[in-house]
Amino acid sequence: MREKLFETPSQTAGPYVHIGTAPQSIGRPALSGQPGPVIESDTGAAITLEGVVHDGAGAPVRDAMLEIWQADGDGRVGPHGLFARAVADFGSGLYRFQTVKPGPHAKGHAPHIALLIFARGINIHLHTRVYFPEDADRIAADPDFARLSPEARDTLIAKRTEGETYRFDIHLQGPNETVFFDI
Amino acid sequence: MTGPDFYRRDRSAHPPAYAPGYKSSVLRAPFRPLHSLEQTSLERSGPALGHAPLGPLDHDLIRNAAVDGDALGERIYVFGRVLDENARPVPNALIEVWQANAAGRYAHVKDGYLAPLDPNFSGCGRCVSDAEGRYLFRTIKPGPYPWPNNGSDWRPAHIHLSIFGEAFTQRLVTQLYFEGDPLIPLCPIVNTIPDATVIERLVARLDMRNQEPFDCLAYRFDIVLRGRRQTHFETRPEGA
Repeated sequence: MREKLFETPSQTAGPYVHIGTAPQSIGRPALSGQPGPVIESDTGAAITLEGVVHDGAGAPVRDAMLEIWQADGDGRVGPHGLFARAVADFGSGLYRFQTVKPGPHAKGHAPHIALLIFARGINIHLHTRVYFPEDADRIAADPDFARLSPEARDTLIAKRTEGETYRFDIHLQGPNETVFFDI
Repeated sequence: MTGPDFYRRDRSAHPPAYAPGYKSSVLRAPFRPLHSLEQTSLERSGPALGHAPLGPLDHDLIRNAAVDGDALGERIYVFGRVLDENARPVPNALIEVWQANAAGRYAHVKDGYLAPLDPNFSGCGRCVSDAEGRYLFRTIKPGPYPWPNNGSDWRPAHIHLSIFGEAFTQRLVTQLYFEGDPLIPLCPIVNTIPDATVIERLVARLDMRNQEPFDCLAYRFDIVLRGRRQTHFETRPEGA
């Protein structure tokens, strides 16, 4: 029997997360291969995913760092999976990713993007998912939604604003609180 | 390809979202419980960021932003192993680090602390674990700094770490503290972790045997990521 170790505990990323994870956002050179908010892929349709993270008072979280991990347009994960990182705009709080619409990667599950949120005041990152409004039939049949109320389910579905742009606002706390997962 | 499930996270050991001693958490903590889901092939895999080559000085914060000389301060190595909960090494883990300079000042547009910037220090670095899970970076020991919480609280000296293992479920951001720092037990961010024995997992230990004589002290810090459920074959005693 091998020794059992215990996971290193999380701590907040703090307000200066940009220094180590997105130096270009504070006017320093990006490091080679460092992930940014743009995904290049020959698979799937190009989309923009954008929104604002709001705190419990409705104010934008202007120091948030967000990461996405998704299947490619053909629904492939593992080495074909797609990863990107964006930071909220210091003024408006808007984050924006350029990616592709993911294909379904697991039978019975609607296509989605896994999204993590890190920030000052967030002690352990929050994990949510972005689903797409045109997949309403698949979402209705997805077992991951079985125990969610319609209101909770709606917090996970992006709104198509114009063209290929999807808006996904996140509410950390309060009446419109986004559903966060333990996976 | 994506393997068995990872153990569930023990969220009683991690800090809770709502920890009012750390005031910023009050409006940024969800009120509703997390919704538990089964892992799919998406969460059981993750971006292979540790497979991409890094710059030759990415792990050396004393030199990687130098303009006309080394960064000022207490020269240290920070090293250790990245393991999973089954004590298996995690190779190719990407560890991104950021920190204040020796005076406690961050090279960030939003940091207005009166202590000076160091023109030869950016506080940004990266390293990747080797086949045995070992990692190393070289830096200067960061200074403590004040922050507006409960009047003026002071952060202990700390280095932020962001770690990518082999799966998205293992994603972790944390902070490393230094052995013997009397600010550790006073810090509201440290104390978001409810159990003092768990806090000890974040304290790097002075390691004189791994110093570079007349150059650089050394601190050891091991990182544990979530482990996978094992098959019966894998849980056999060694050599059986």
